[in-house]
Amino acid sequence: MYPSRFRYEAPRSLDEAIGLMHDGGDYVKVLAGGQSLVPLMKLRFASPELVVDINNVPGLNYHRADPDGSLRIGALCRHADLERSDLLKTTQPTMAAAAPLIADPIVRTRGTLVGSLCHADPQGDWASVVLALGGSVIAQGPRGTRTIPLADFVTGPFQNVLDPDEIAVEAVVPAAKGIRSGGYLKLERRVGDFATVGVAVAIETSGENVTRAGIALTGVGGSTIAATAAAEALTGRPLTSDTIGQAAELAAQAARPRTDHRGSAEYKRHMVHTFVLRLLSRADAAPDQAERAA
Amino acid sequence: MTTIVYEDHDDQSADEIPVRRIKFTVNGEKKIAEVEPRLLLAHLIRRGLGLTGTHMGCDTTNCGACTVLVDGRPVKSCTMLAVQVDGREISTVEGLASASELHPLQEGFKEEHGLQCGFCTPGMMMAAKALLEENPHPTEEDVRWALSGNLCRCTGYQNIVKSVLWAAAKLRSESGS
Repeated sequence: MYPSRFRYEAPRSLDEAIGLMHDGGDYVKVLAGGQSLVPLMKLRFASPELVVDINNVPGLNYHRADPDGSLRIGALCRHADLERSDLLKTTQPTMAAAAPLIADPIVRTRGTLVGSLCHADPQGDWASVVLALGGSVIAQGPRGTRTIPLADFVTGPFQNVLDPDEIAVEAVVPAAKGIRSGGYLKLERRVGDFATVGVAVAIETSGENVTRAGIALTGVGGSTIAATAAAEALTGRPLTSDTIGQAAELAAQAARPRTDHRGSAEYKRHMVHTFVLRLLSRADAAPDQAERAA
Repeated sequence: MTTIVYEDHDDQSADEIPVRRIKFTVNGEKKIAEVEPRLLLAHLIRRGLGLTGTHMGCDTTNCGACTVLVDGRPVKSCTMLAVQVDGREISTVEGLASASELHPLQEGFKEEHGLQCGFCTPGMMMAAKALLEENPHPTEEDVRWALSGNLCRCTGYQNIVKSVLWAAAKLRSESGS
């Protein structure tokens, strides 16, 4: 399979890249990891006139913690970099759990987190993770830079709010105010398949109580779903079997699964319930384990 | 110099083919090619360079048969544009053996019967090469994890995993570690 014909530019700076996007005509795509874009182009689902390859733009391949504790992930940070990251392992349990579950190990050496957010596949894992963590996308264009909360960034299946001449240059996950726990669970038929069901849970606790909760669902609706009611049921309360059960129930209600070759709607909804229970029960156990370790 | 032949559809489009010149290294040899941006890396390797050891299996980023190393990291060459390797180093399965000797990975696949039809083998070996360079002491679990993006339709993965572990041991004994 071949993509249809396109023009290709490989700029050496972000300004140059944005200029190319601005002058590039009606249908321009940014190429970062290319692990979604190239397959889409081969299938002719996407036929851009111009492809702006940002792989030679310096200064985009990073992930780092700011002094205030927020995490910044550059547009060329690969899934494999995140999978190997000690920073994630020590400070970002939900992200650290998701990184090894993205696609397969070879795809992970090319694909990027920011690209995955832009691609906005309802079955994409990172969107749920960043949504549960309350993260944002930083977009840069000819009119300057803006920060777009992920909840507003993804508007539907494969749709985001970027202007045609804007480039998503970074994702940001805000600092935790409490003790962070959580995780990501993904049901897949085999490694590399899209999620049948994925659930991201990000919890912050202070003392007994949950001070912030985020729960987001992958693959059970037309786009990534924020299970807001489920998260609210936890906020300001301790993690007990009652509150955990309630959150699991509300998350399952928020799912909008459809029956397909990966499973029935009923099964998928049930798995959302099960995953939320498992993840929150683990989060509940974490402070105890920390105490034992100390 | 690599030549790629394009279809002439007897219309204007031939004049508009946005061909680009790229320089790269394949298995240690410097190359120059003129490619259309939509040419896939797998096609540059197979058709342009004539290195047909890199196989095209699924053409949909699933099977990993087309895995090659770009700057030492494994990529599915059906899912990367040829223009993107400008200035980069490519390693293919043809670069594993020297004139007189098989690479320990190739020996391992022979010793442990790591292939039946052999279609997935080049991709398996290149993915394994990337693993062993990063981790010379892999466990069975590490090998299974590293090869989880490569599909074999002949058999279970038992002997493939054994082959890679065999190669790891051989490489360690050669380097004396």
